[in-house]
Amino acid sequence: MNMNDAIIVDGAGQAFGDEVIFQNVSFYVRTGEIFVILGASGCGKSTLLKQMIGLSPPAFGRIMVAGHDVVTEVDSVRRVIGVMFQSGALLGSMTLLENIMLPLMMFTDLPSDARADIARVKLALVGLVDAQHLRPSEISGGMVKRAAIARALALDPPILLLDEPSAGLDPVTGAGLDKLILDLRGALGCTFVVVTHELASVFTIADRCVMLDRSARGMISIGAPESMKRDSNPVVRAFFNRELPTSGGPS
Amino acid sequence: MVYVSTARFEIRNEGNATIVAFAGPLTATSLAPIWARAREAAEKTVGQLTIDTSGATRIDTSGAVLLLTLERDHPDGVVWRGVAEQPKELLARLRPALQDDTRAPQFSARYTGSRTSAWQDFLNRIAFFGQIVLAIIGLRERLRFLRGSDFFRITERAGAQAVPLVVMLGFLIGMILAFQSIIPMRQFGASIYVAALVSLALFRELGPLMAGVILAGRTGSAFAAELGTMVVNEEIAALTTMGIDAETMLVIPRIAAAMMVMPALAVGIDVTGLLGMAVVMIILGIPPLAILDQVRRATDPQDVLLGLFKAVVFGAAIGIIGCRAGLAAGTGSRAVGEAATSAVVGGIVATIVLDGLFAVITYRLGL
Repeated sequence: MNMNDAIIVDGAGQAFGDEVIFQNVSFYVRTGEIFVILGASGCGKSTLLKQMIGLSPPAFGRIMVAGHDVVTEVDSVRRVIGVMFQSGALLGSMTLLENIMLPLMMFTDLPSDARADIARVKLALVGLVDAQHLRPSEISGGMVKRAAIARALALDPPILLLDEPSAGLDPVTGAGLDKLILDLRGALGCTFVVVTHELASVFTIADRCVMLDRSARGMISIGAPESMKRDSNPVVRAFFNRELPTSGGPS
Repeated sequence: MVYVSTARFEIRNEGNATIVAFAGPLTATSLAPIWARAREAAEKTVGQLTIDTSGATRIDTSGAVLLLTLERDHPDGVVWRGVAEQPKELLARLRPALQDDTRAPQFSARYTGSRTSAWQDFLNRIAFFGQIVLAIIGLRERLRFLRGSDFFRITERAGAQAVPLVVMLGFLIGMILAFQSIIPMRQFGASIYVAALVSLALFRELGPLMAGVILAGRTGSAFAAELGTMVVNEEIAALTTMGIDAETMLVIPRIAAAMMVMPALAVGIDVTGLLGMAVVMIILGIPPLAILDQVRRATDPQDVLLGLFKAVVFGAAIGIIGCRAGLAAGTGSRAVGEAATSAVVGGIVATIVLDGLFAVITYRLGL
């Protein structure tokens, strides 16, 4: 772990009242890698992502993003990240083009034709340039997710965090999104943190991953996906081999 | 010519070639000062243009878009110089996107075919009314779809929770009417007739009308928002696919509740309005018994009953319009707001139009 890592999570945890969701979660995300946070439903994956983007301060520990503390330097953190929420969270009253132009309008002084050109290119990157004048309600779930990635890319942040990008999508569309993430990493050199529990997606895109478990109230394994298939922890092995755990198991 | 900013460029000539040389970070947040000037300078260049990025410290997608825009706008040909490997890949990847002619507006179905005409919208409203009538006719066979708890919850929200507003508005309207009318009436020594004027106006017109406005604003909008949200969340579609008739389960209880609470609200406006009027008149020296006598002489039960009947009809109209606005909501978060607005506007307009019709009918019937 060093200060040049894109993200450093040091002993992070979350609790609601006396109920500890997870604790002692520590890992680092190297610059330029695709890092996946995975685990069964309810283990705190999305909560950890919210902590990384400064929406929910960690109850324990510390998280640094590009060298900035997510609690004390949240504005600096938000300047270097782009986030895709699980639902897409595009603004329904705007067209896709306007959704992408919004961050450019808020944070740059570029002329309007330049903003439109840049937004169109972002949409082209995710294959949606023909849908630029449609509203989110007029496109499919997969298109909404791709448009949300384009919006996250609007200001070319070096770190992109994606919450369940392939959830609720058919396998072909999900595979398309995986390819898009790999392509974007190749083209833009971004660091990706992806929350998912789609195994196919994990094996396609992940350089490394961390697995959280609710019954363990924390992380139970970290490493490359192939090595986690042979992990000594039966819960991890069961998850990666799609089997019922032989003892214990995710709640 | 050198522009000093975070991102910089200069134009120089080498032989016959014109060179645009960039320096500094070419990123979304640093390009604004040079964007327009770089494009203008490149457009003015005649002959071959060389784009030199050897001084650029970083090129992101926005920087690449600027460079590709210069290339697109310079049909005489562009030579690239000093482009590092990664920006070169980025430029190659983005070039087709920028060269596509994607500027022509591609209007969505919303603006071309799918928008319903005013006539179609009118027919849809009539059809919805017909569906409600059919649902009421077939109610006996679908009684299991009705939920008593829902009906009482809706009635409580539409009626009991509106009482404070009704009391306040009724009292104020009675006071204002009495005060405004007593000023001219006094000049003719006819102050006492203010009681007749205000009580007749309240029983026949203002009671049901004000209750209608309150119901449309509070309850009609709530109906539309509630049902609109259910449409957006596909709850209505789920009910339909389960074979549950949404009109019977959701619309009829709401219309019934609106029809039931409206007479009570109208009576509330009448009573509190009379009280407000009495307060003003007593303050101005008219004895309470004289006011009461004047009210009894000027009005009869028929006026009260006419007002109550109008209130029931207004309630039905507001309920139908509110529910229809909700069920006709589109998709997306904006649809719910539009449905609520449509319910309030439609409810108030329908109340006033129906009131006008009642005025004509009662005049012709001599009521």
